[in-house]
Amino acid sequence: MNIQSVKDLELIKEEYRLKLNLPETVKVNIGMASCGIAAGAKDSFDTATEAFADNKSIDICQTGCIGYCEVEPLVEIIAKDKPRMMFKNVTSDKIVDIINNYMNNEFDDKKMKKLILGQVRDPRSLLEDDMANPQEAVPPIEGIPFLEDTPFFKGQVKIALRNCGYVDPDSIEEYFGKMGYMAFLDALLNSKPQDIITSVKESGLRGRGGGGFPTGIKWATCAKHDGERSIICNADEGDPGAYMDRSILEGDPHSVIEGMLIAGLGIGSSLGFIYVRNEYPLAVTRLVTAIKQATAYGLLGDNIAGTKFCFNIKISTGAGAFVCGESTALMASLEGKVGRPKAKYVHTVEKGFRDQPTNLNNVETYANVPAIILKGAPWYAGFGTDNSKGTKAFSLVGKVRNTGLLEVPMGVPLNDIVFNMGEGLPGKKKFKAVQTGGPSGGCIPASLMDTPVDYQQLASVGSIMGSGGMIVMDENTCMVDVARYFLDFLQDESCGQCNPCREGIKQSLDILTAICEGNGKEGDIELLEELGVMIERFSLCGLGTSAPNPVLTTIKYFREEYESHIRDKKCKAGVCKNLFVYDIDEDACTGCTSCARKCPQDAITGDKKEPHVLDQDKCIKCGICYDACKFNAIVIK
Amino acid sequence: MSTASTQPAGVEEIDYLELDQIIEKEFNGDRENLIMILQAIQRHFNYLPKPALSYVSEKLSIPYSRIYEVSTFYSTFSLEPRGRNIISICTGTACHVRGAERVKEQIESSLDIKDGGTTEDKRYTLESVRCIGCCSLGPVIKVNEDMHGRIPTDEVENVLNQYE
Repeated sequence: MNIQSVKDLELIKEEYRLKLNLPETVKVNIGMASCGIAAGAKDSFDTATEAFADNKSIDICQTGCIGYCEVEPLVEIIAKDKPRMMFKNVTSDKIVDIINNYMNNEFDDKKMKKLILGQVRDPRSLLEDDMANPQEAVPPIEGIPFLEDTPFFKGQVKIALRNCGYVDPDSIEEYFGKMGYMAFLDALLNSKPQDIITSVKESGLRGRGGGGFPTGIKWATCAKHDGERSIICNADEGDPGAYMDRSILEGDPHSVIEGMLIAGLGIGSSLGFIYVRNEYPLAVTRLVTAIKQATAYGLLGDNIAGTKFCFNIKISTGAGAFVCGESTALMASLEGKVGRPKAKYVHTVEKGFRDQPTNLNNVETYANVPAIILKGAPWYAGFGTDNSKGTKAFSLVGKVRNTGLLEVPMGVPLNDIVFNMGEGLPGKKKFKAVQTGGPSGGCIPASLMDTPVDYQQLASVGSIMGSGGMIVMDENTCMVDVARYFLDFLQDESCGQCNPCREGIKQSLDILTAICEGNGKEGDIELLEELGVMIERFSLCGLGTSAPNPVLTTIKYFREEYESHIRDKKCKAGVCKNLFVYDIDEDACTGCTSCARKCPQDAITGDKKEPHVLDQDKCIKCGICYDACKFNAIVIK
Repeated sequence: MSTASTQPAGVEEIDYLELDQIIEKEFNGDRENLIMILQAIQRHFNYLPKPALSYVSEKLSIPYSRIYEVSTFYSTFSLEPRGRNIISICTGTACHVRGAERVKEQIESSLDIKDGGTTEDKRYTLESVRCIGCCSLGPVIKVNEDMHGRIPTDEVENVLNQYE
């Protein structure tokens, strides 16, 4: 069917809104993004589908990821007259019991209780807040917390991630049910291009890929230049430790397509391109499906809804080059060439892809656009701080208890994210730093954890907002090694055309490697600082100019770690192999033999219930014993 | 890789009809699609055989030097035959701080190959990749299309043994 009017869309929306919220059957939603599948969601899906194949009253469905990756597979069960409930760690051996127990209202079972994450108080997204809450009339079950009150979800405001985990990414109808394409269709039929751009400008939305350039200004400048304009979506999410874009593409691909359509309308373009990382095969598959569906409804293609507006989207896959996240390199790659950045004497909004005016935004930026158009710029600008409006998605990973993807209003302090939502560090390990902004960002120490997430504030402590990776590090993370790690990454990924980046990174890496191997010498730190300034000032593109950040921030905040590597030849974190030994604390060792049994070198010996001994000559410092010991008896010296 | 200097071991003969299918049917003979054409060829042969690259060069009228430039610039491409099973170890930041380096060393020592290498029996190729976006499950390895998360160093061998 071809959607021709807002009324057409309203009809389908109402139908699917009901199916999503008050289904006739029991709807079992299994989170099937890459992260969920890796945790076993596909097995759970197959098991449940088979077990209830003959039961017409149960529908096994897939959704994207709701973000709480720590406890995946995540399953939500929805029934008409009962509280919706979210379950965690639902592997294939548990799913059938969970569904049966839910059907039979058996929530008191001890095993069952452990698997309940919470009951859902309100499944509406922020775009639906003028409609009734479908859970309003359903009495909650006592003794079970509300999902919205659990630490990980409390304080989150989901705009870009609004539908992830709530809809089937392979169903455009479910997206319709969540107000999907309403913003676009309304804008197409009732707004002038100029009004769209003004709205985006006034919302204060800034590029979510890392640069933070005001989106509305970019759109306006691109629209001013004549030529065959292109709309490109940068889905080459290369920052290690960041996966917001993957989650959006896998969980809610239509929100990105709709954002691009609105950009095309505002800027005046009929050519859309999505450049996706080759490492995200599922995202590509779901995008392909989404584009086909949107085309079938007449929302992509020629003369959309009977107007003169035409828009088509082509998907291109990257081939594993971090530098292609840079706009000019990405455009070169789209043209089938190697991804080498160009000097930006002329901006890409004037001459970019195919030498024509080009607007490039990131996945998360586009996903925000429909919400802004639908709810208005003042609504969006109501979230956040003076210079950073709206919300930002972060991937909270590393040494933190609740890993996953969350979205918070700008201005929330880092402390809140790591220690309240993330519930701090697992075990009794001490917090050391949080790394934001990927290889272009920096490490923020404990003393600055009250810094709010905000473009300027993060820059003022030497890091950047970046695309949203937030990696928590503990006492077992060596900061010199982290700096070395990022430079090693950047040396691999530097395209090599400009001298400061190619040589500067290599020289810095050589120095850092020497320090990590125990060959550091006095003056190395100062030399690294000097090199850093040089690389930052003279490199051609963003990869180079931001490359020294991880080195400079770790020196700034963790100088003593560098000094102890260089002077005392010690790595207290137990990472740099030449600079520490494992030993057994005789007082703490209970003689449980767990380490001795696991040691691949047979370096640990001792009788049962007697303190063990470690033979330093045999030890290869693989760390298996350190992880195996439950009594903290293996120590780093 | 020592065996690859002579005729590629992985490919008996290049199927040019298959190449035509990829270049012309799937990708419209469009030069802008070069990267995706090469990816499709690699999916088919498991690597990029040199005769196939020459053929692409001719078909698309792109100088061979530029094809070579593209196939060596991007890290997903391999000009050498690879193993039957591709082990991708994620060395993204989240995996790194959770011990990916140790897992990698364990794989290298148990298979007796280095990063990028292929075992002599062509059973495995080890490749490190920068973040596959499953950061919450770190350290992660991917064998072919299967993801293995939170993998303890001493479990690595058991996992690899599942793949013939």
